[in-house]
Amino acid sequence: MKRKHQRLFLGLAALAAIGGASALALSALQDQAAFFYTPSDVATRKPDVDKAVRLGGMVEKGSLKHLKDGVTIAFVVADKEAKVPVRFTGVAPDLFKEGSGVVAEGKFTAEGGFVADNLLAKHDERYMPPEIADKMPSPDTLAK
Amino acid sequence: MIHALANPTRFLKIARPLTPILFWSGLLLVLAGVWGGLTQTPPDYLQKESVRILYVHVPSAWLGMGGWSSLAIACFAYLVWRHPLASLAARAIAPVGAVFAALCLITGSIWGRPTWGTWWQWDGRLTSMLLLFFVYVAWIALERADRERGGDGRIPALFGIAGTVLLPVIRYSVVWWNTLHQGQSLTLTQSTIDDSMLWPLLLTLPGFSLLFGGLVLMRMRAVLAEQRVEARIRRMAA
Amino acid sequence: MNHWPFIIAAYAVVVAGVGGLSLFSWLAMRRAEAAAEALRNRP
Repeated sequence: MKRKHQRLFLGLAALAAIGGASALALSALQDQAAFFYTPSDVATRKPDVDKAVRLGGMVEKGSLKHLKDGVTIAFVVADKEAKVPVRFTGVAPDLFKEGSGVVAEGKFTAEGGFVADNLLAKHDERYMPPEIADKMPSPDTLAK
Repeated sequence: MIHALANPTRFLKIARPLTPILFWSGLLLVLAGVWGGLTQTPPDYLQKESVRILYVHVPSAWLGMGGWSSLAIACFAYLVWRHPLASLAARAIAPVGAVFAALCLITGSIWGRPTWGTWWQWDGRLTSMLLLFFVYVAWIALERADRERGGDGRIPALFGIAGTVLLPVIRYSVVWWNTLHQGQSLTLTQSTIDDSMLWPLLLTLPGFSLLFGGLVLMRMRAVLAEQRVEARIRRMAA
Repeated sequence: MNHWPFIIAAYAVVVAGVGGLSLFSWLAMRRAEAAAEALRNRP
């Protein structure tokens, strides 16, 4: 009986140690593991120009423009606090539209804009049929 | 409870009738949910038809993670109480959980192509789930090596418990880090999936879980029978 | 983009995975229990 309690205690102690160690490791990882920069991240600590990064946020309503060359689009990626103008040449994914989430892969330019060479559509955790979506205000949960 | 089930004869008395019950009721629920999800629910306003992959993707993710939690509980029970049935349960759970983790990754990838526009990205959620799959594979290899070398199962049991650190990482990856993967839709108390689209998931989720239980029982019964044969042969040789 | 090929592929993978695992587990159980039964019945 005593040995069993000893093992139980050792098991729980090991569990606590593992939990503590991984909590420390995760908090150290916090900044490194982000998949993309948000516009407010960019405003506070801007990534180097010409470094390959990702920028994620909402495509601002009314900002999407098709440029004269026919294949380039320009739009603004925004969150609640900041905005970044983006240019992209190529085929955007089906889900890419104004008022929806996007992750752009590319580089910042010296002028402060962002040139994307790939767009990924990001949707949020809300799922609903089209009839209901029409009656709802546009999703903004992505712009945290 | 654990002590009552620890006796293999008593365990088999319960497991024998329970196996087909779990398996067939699970299959029935899954089929009903899949029928609903493929033909009855409306498409999503943004993702259109591709949202139907949800009805198999979410249960796979749930069982990939739930499988590891039950494996870890079995490992813990084995470490503390040294019940042979606990280590046997862990051994039976591992491949089933690994298959569901793999299904989660594959269906997610197939879902990602039409919705995000990519098969794979190294974001927090996807990477941590892939890691869980590798941990399953590593555990299976380690457990087998330990058994073949006549180990007492302590090292795989410790590994099983240590692996649980991945579960909160997967669960909260979408909260802690910016990820391409969307946030959590289902919690115990609320859902951000409209009711008209949610109900098939409420069939496939318990359905696959029952199926999971049935498969684990099958594997446990197989190992128990093998052990009886080995013991018998050893006794006859002696 | 038509989504149905993707949906069908995803469901096919699940059917293959779960179906294959079920078949494999069931056959293994049947074989092992039959062997155990045969040994028990031998004098």
